[in-house]
Amino acid sequence: MRRLGVDSVPIALFIAVFTGIVLSLLSSYIFTGAVPLYFVGALVGKTIMMELGPVLTGMALAGRVGASIAAELGTMKVTEQVDALETLAYDRYSYLVVPRVLAATLMFPVVTAFAVAIGVLSGWITAVNLLDLSTTEFLKGLKQFYQFKDVWFGLVKSSSFGFAVALMGCLRGLATEGGAQGVGQSTTSAVVLGCEAILVLDAFWALVLL
Amino acid sequence: MIVLERLTKSFGSKAVLNGLSLDVPDGQNTVIIGASGAGKSVTLKLIVGLLEPGSGRVLVDDAVVGEMGRDELAALRGRIGYVFQFAALFDSMTVAQNIRLGLARRGHNEATIRQRIEESLDVVELSGSEDKMPGELSGGMRKRVGIARAIALKPRYILYDEPTTGLDPVTAALMDQLIMRTRDLGVTALVVTHDMRSAFSVGDRVALMHDGAIRQVGTVEEMQTSRDPLVRQFIEGRPDPVVLEPVVRRSAG
Repeated sequence: MRRLGVDSVPIALFIAVFTGIVLSLLSSYIFTGAVPLYFVGALVGKTIMMELGPVLTGMALAGRVGASIAAELGTMKVTEQVDALETLAYDRYSYLVVPRVLAATLMFPVVTAFAVAIGVLSGWITAVNLLDLSTTEFLKGLKQFYQFKDVWFGLVKSSSFGFAVALMGCLRGLATEGGAQGVGQSTTSAVVLGCEAILVLDAFWALVLL
Repeated sequence: MIVLERLTKSFGSKAVLNGLSLDVPDGQNTVIIGASGAGKSVTLKLIVGLLEPGSGRVLVDDAVVGEMGRDELAALRGRIGYVFQFAALFDSMTVAQNIRLGLARRGHNEATIRQRIEESLDVVELSGSEDKMPGELSGGMRKRVGIARAIALKPRYILYDEPTTGLDPVTAALMDQLIMRTRDLGVTALVVTHDMRSAFSVGDRVALMHDGAIRQVGTVEEMQTSRDPLVRQFIEGRPDPVVLEPVVRRSAG
């Protein structure tokens, strides 16, 4: 859980900071002259909590976590460590897959929660310092359209992303054949499949929960 | 006793085993020799259920491996130690943790686990290496840890996959001594190798594998005096003239 979750926090926060800055500037550009500027707070909050926070964090972690799992298990497979595990009477799925999938399912929402908080914070700092907007106005927009569902919707999505990314990494890793080239191919396909799964699940949850 | 009955196994269009039959009697070292890629390692993996045969049966203690459920297979693997060609040590674990893993699975208490780790490392002459990582060990030491991991479980059978491949002659001879030592502990061994010195050194019975089947099986003396040209060619290490002549002609220009 530490490796899949805690170690992924820096990259997630890096993405969140710049997402918050861009969203704040972009919404100001769109709203100026048409909509009151305090709607910047609403757009930054809603978008980061419900969509960009979970999806961008998921994509980043698909690259980091999915690739790491696929490379590790792929190397174990081609060096017969997986076979060795089975000869010691361990089941490869119970011992290698379940803990990784469980850890990612639990830790993706935690990392996403940090990313959402930092994204909104950076959007607020941008609005106050670079736009003609006060803290009171930003918070007014943020609160006006806030619903608790915004938070759990994003976290449920990110949990499913964690499940999918880890599962793809495990399955591709355990299907590795050959040597270093095979490990490379498994790693690449795990990342691609993880990203695709995130986009499909994103649309699925939007259809089901919104 | 392990019995292999008319085993076939293919990978895609490539047939690796083609009706292989062999008995592995209790209390003896049986050695399978054969060229690289002949299917020797595949045969070992069929015995522990890591692979399934296309047809034929593997019987261990009169039970058919292919018909075993998950629990039966786990129990079978508890009776069979497996020494992999490149040791297959878990590289994120220390030597002691590698040996501990199989013991913990069988529910041994902590005192027994520690004792077994010490005993098994003592047998392979690696006492004091408990805290080393596999990356710190030489190829020969890694293989010895692989043997320690297998014998710590006190198995009835041990399968050795190319135990001396890639080792210097002195370390290879040490591996042979370890294989003989495990036989003296009452363990039945099946060794696959293409190292003839090792085969004749550790084998009570030697079987030559060719074209996915057993060509001849016998004692070391019977194999050494065999008149089968294929057996003679293999144990004397002579290349096949059909393959060799065009190569020589091309080299001569």
